[in-house]
Amino acid sequence: MKRTNVLKTYKLFINGQFPRSESGHYFQVKDPETKKILANLARASRKDLRDAVKAARGAFPSWSGKTAYNRGQILYRIAEMLEARRTEFAEAIIASTGAKRSQADDEVSVSIDRMIWYAGWADKFSQVFSSVNPVALPYFNFTMPEAMGVVGIVAADELSLLPLVSQLAPAIVSGNTSLVLASDSFPLPAILFAEVLATSDVPPGVINILTGPRKELLPHLAKHMDVNAVHYVGQNSETRKLLQTEGAANVKRIIASEKPNGDGWFSEKAQSPYLIEAFVEMKTTWHPVGT
Amino acid sequence: METLLKMTVDQVGIEERAARITTRSIKTSAKREGIKLAISMIDLTTLEGKDSRGKVEALCRKAIRPDLNNPEIPSVAAVCVYPNMVALARQALSGTSVKVASVATGFPAGLIPLSLKVEETKRAVASGADEIDMVIDRGAFLSGEFQKVTDEIGSIKEACGSTHLKVILETGELETYDNIRKASLLAMNAGADFIKTSTGKVSINSTLPITLVMLEAIRDYFRLTGKRIGMKSAGGIRTSKLALHYLALLKESLGDDWLDPSLFRFGASALTNDLLMQFATQISGRYQSADYFTND
Repeated sequence: MKRTNVLKTYKLFINGQFPRSESGHYFQVKDPETKKILANLARASRKDLRDAVKAARGAFPSWSGKTAYNRGQILYRIAEMLEARRTEFAEAIIASTGAKRSQADDEVSVSIDRMIWYAGWADKFSQVFSSVNPVALPYFNFTMPEAMGVVGIVAADELSLLPLVSQLAPAIVSGNTSLVLASDSFPLPAILFAEVLATSDVPPGVINILTGPRKELLPHLAKHMDVNAVHYVGQNSETRKLLQTEGAANVKRIIASEKPNGDGWFSEKAQSPYLIEAFVEMKTTWHPVGT
Repeated sequence: METLLKMTVDQVGIEERAARITTRSIKTSAKREGIKLAISMIDLTTLEGKDSRGKVEALCRKAIRPDLNNPEIPSVAAVCVYPNMVALARQALSGTSVKVASVATGFPAGLIPLSLKVEETKRAVASGADEIDMVIDRGAFLSGEFQKVTDEIGSIKEACGSTHLKVILETGELETYDNIRKASLLAMNAGADFIKTSTGKVSINSTLPITLVMLEAIRDYFRLTGKRIGMKSAGGIRTSKLALHYLALLKESLGDDWLDPSLFRFGASALTNDLLMQFATQISGRYQSADYFTND
């Protein structure tokens, strides 16, 4: 049967919806080998970034107020939906990054496993990082982690899906909301991932994904007064400097780390409860007790 | 006047025109000036059963200096409270340009007897109110008792003396644009200094088309009598963008004369912080966070 090609329009993911960029601009994603055009992606502007932060801020009270158990369930649900669409993701990774099939399959599998791993931590990290502190007064003194607010995720550039999942999951599992700047070089699987999120019980605004040139978006992310933390993985010292200096205006927490070496992203070393701890605030309470 | 009252409103035309205003893009220096003008036109309002002296005092401080970090930001036009808070607000605002506005006449329903409405108005004026926001009896208006509505406004105007009278039409309950236009004209003819859209207590508050209908009534009344009547849009205006659209609508309907706090007001509370945040964004180039602005 002869049919007309049905080409997909990829858009941004903001507040649980798929809007086009406010700017109306697009950019092309090409097959790295054949240079064939794979898709037109929305080129996010600073106003899209502003909208994403607004959505994330709006979603924060309800997401951080959910029970840890419930957040774990929702992260697990993301993994379930990813599992159901693993072939599609592998194809997208192969087409847009030029990866071999076995590596693409591995990337999807590890991404799913990593999401489940962090889902399991949802109702456990608080016990690990909390403490009861000895004080020489009649007080019960304890410290516990609380979500910070809005976290900007600058996804590492070298792979398309796995770094995004590895950076996103530890930030949101504690109750933070997020906006993600997709990989600059391979943004296609990231925006495909948004379709998984949209069908995974993730409340609107908890995760927002933007595609577009990073150098246009980063300064506005760094400057935004309503972003509480940024996670950047990469070696660009200019980017680090930008985040640190501009982020100082609202004392943003900037976590800038090297990309894991070798098959780092695939190894278990790329997942750690300390990445959850990196995006929480410690609250200490003095509670009077009887003598 | 009779001819004016017979004229009806072109619903499609009004809504089209109001919608076209929202496509205007107001940027950079025009935006900064617009924001400052909008702030200077705000009636900073608190009309809740749980209002306390502390809250009203805090609101008055904010009215005088809306942004402590930025001396460029003007004071707002007025603070709008219930009559029992007027004396307190008067005291807190003494020596400043900020006016004290008080709702009266059995706000928000306006269903108490006329003698009590007059009494309440007189007391608010005696406590030091510069402006009175009265509500019309919507039930009477909708049953066609226009004379009753007019007479009530007249009696309240008399009780106000030289105090400014704003007449709240509660447009959300008037059902049609024709009614809104008619109520506007009746109120102006009966002695209103300002006409105001809503109490903020019903689901439909001020909208751009409703405001446009009222502005056109003001224009027609001005052409007939030469009197400049003010307009106050209240309720549901929460963002700077929308406030700037109101200003664009105002300028294009009534001209520069009305771009002044003495003839146009926003009845709002949440709007102020959004205007302040937008102004700070314009100056600093950084999108702002509500964490750094007062929480009311």
